[in-house]
Amino acid sequence: MGAVIQTSGLGKQYRRTWALRDCALAIPEGRVVGLVGPNGAGKTTLLRLAVGMLAPTCGTISVLGERPAGGPGQLARVGFVAQDTPVYARMRVADHLRLGAWLNPAWDDELARHRIGQLGLDPRQRAGSLSGGQRAQLALTLALAKRPELLLLDEPVASLDPLARREFLRLLMEAVAEHGVSVVLSSHLVADLERVCDYLIVLVASRVRVAGEVSALLAAHHRLSGPRRDPGTLPASQEVIEESHTDKQSTLLVRTDEPVHDPSWTVRPVSLEDLVLAYMSRAGDDTPARRQRLGVVS
Amino acid sequence: MIEFQLDDTSGVATYLQLVQQVHQALRMGMLEPGDQLPTAQQVVAKLAINPNTVHKAYRELEREGLVRARPGLGTFVTRSPSGTDPVTQARFLAAMTDWLRSARSAGLGPDDIEAIYRIAFRNCFAEGVA
Repeated sequence: MGAVIQTSGLGKQYRRTWALRDCALAIPEGRVVGLVGPNGAGKTTLLRLAVGMLAPTCGTISVLGERPAGGPGQLARVGFVAQDTPVYARMRVADHLRLGAWLNPAWDDELARHRIGQLGLDPRQRAGSLSGGQRAQLALTLALAKRPELLLLDEPVASLDPLARREFLRLLMEAVAEHGVSVVLSSHLVADLERVCDYLIVLVASRVRVAGEVSALLAAHHRLSGPRRDPGTLPASQEVIEESHTDKQSTLLVRTDEPVHDPSWTVRPVSLEDLVLAYMSRAGDDTPARRQRLGVVS
Repeated sequence: MIEFQLDDTSGVATYLQLVQQVHQALRMGMLEPGDQLPTAQQVVAKLAINPNTVHKAYRELEREGLVRARPGLGTFVTRSPSGTDPVTQARFLAAMTDWLRSARSAGLGPDDIEAIYRIAFRNCFAEGVA
């Protein structure tokens, strides 16, 4: 299986600030990828690099085996929905579909019309008068009807209420089931993505902190609690991601590929949200040595 | 046909929740050999989860020999989980109920009992710790 997005040493600098640094990723095909990080972490920059709206300052990125926006053929294979799901406010829903059909060689008009019908949108309605949820669904419909192999969505559910959020993700997952499209969606809240993503990238302060299959990440991280002890005394195979201590007790979140044998620990699994928060909270710590020990791509 | 439910707060992986619900439905007789499981599309439409999660759950059930995927038709139950002999089950349920009653009359509360159960379970299956 090839990588849908492959980057190496990828970086983007705006004037003096790095929006993204040392980014090395190999995202396998057929995944629903959650790109998670606080606002300003570099999520939008990474997505814009992937669609070719930005050029890298350094390093390389290939998308579906080609240079992003390398030509009309490559562009047709990638769908992108920018933040706040932009549509043309003065144009009617039907005009959006006509425009889509005109601009995209592989346009699936039946899919577009079917979805608009399913959503109960009136084709004559102007996009500016749609609700936030409807607008997001229209933008998703346009991106899906293009029949891309890879769909990139920048914070697609951030502005939606919980019901519209669930509905948006439901229709997105139906499209995944039906067409097998690979998806990358960003969010600053992992809870939004917990049900849908099977691959996770945590991006904090312009660097990738951890990336991998969700099931493998969950299996490799454990919450240990027990009598107070110095994390320095742990086996070398156990990487401490987060620690907290009282005078009597220590609670650690560790990453290890080996089972935890020490009987003094109570071992609990971690949720995806715990895992993401633990990596986010060590945001300031980005010395190369630390990252190397982490096993994080750098 | 059964319908899956998800508990977001359980901490149990989504695919495992699906697997466990099929196990339970088989034990309770809600699913029998020959019955069809919901298609991935149907589960996705109901729960808004990743279709790969459904495939993963069904692969796991197939690996356990409980279901078989028939291409183009769907996934069907082939047999009930082993160890579900109703007489044996009833015997252990009765023994467990007796044990719980005696624990309660000895003054143990639900939390004490659950803690004891968890420790015993863990010792027995050596899960997570060894």
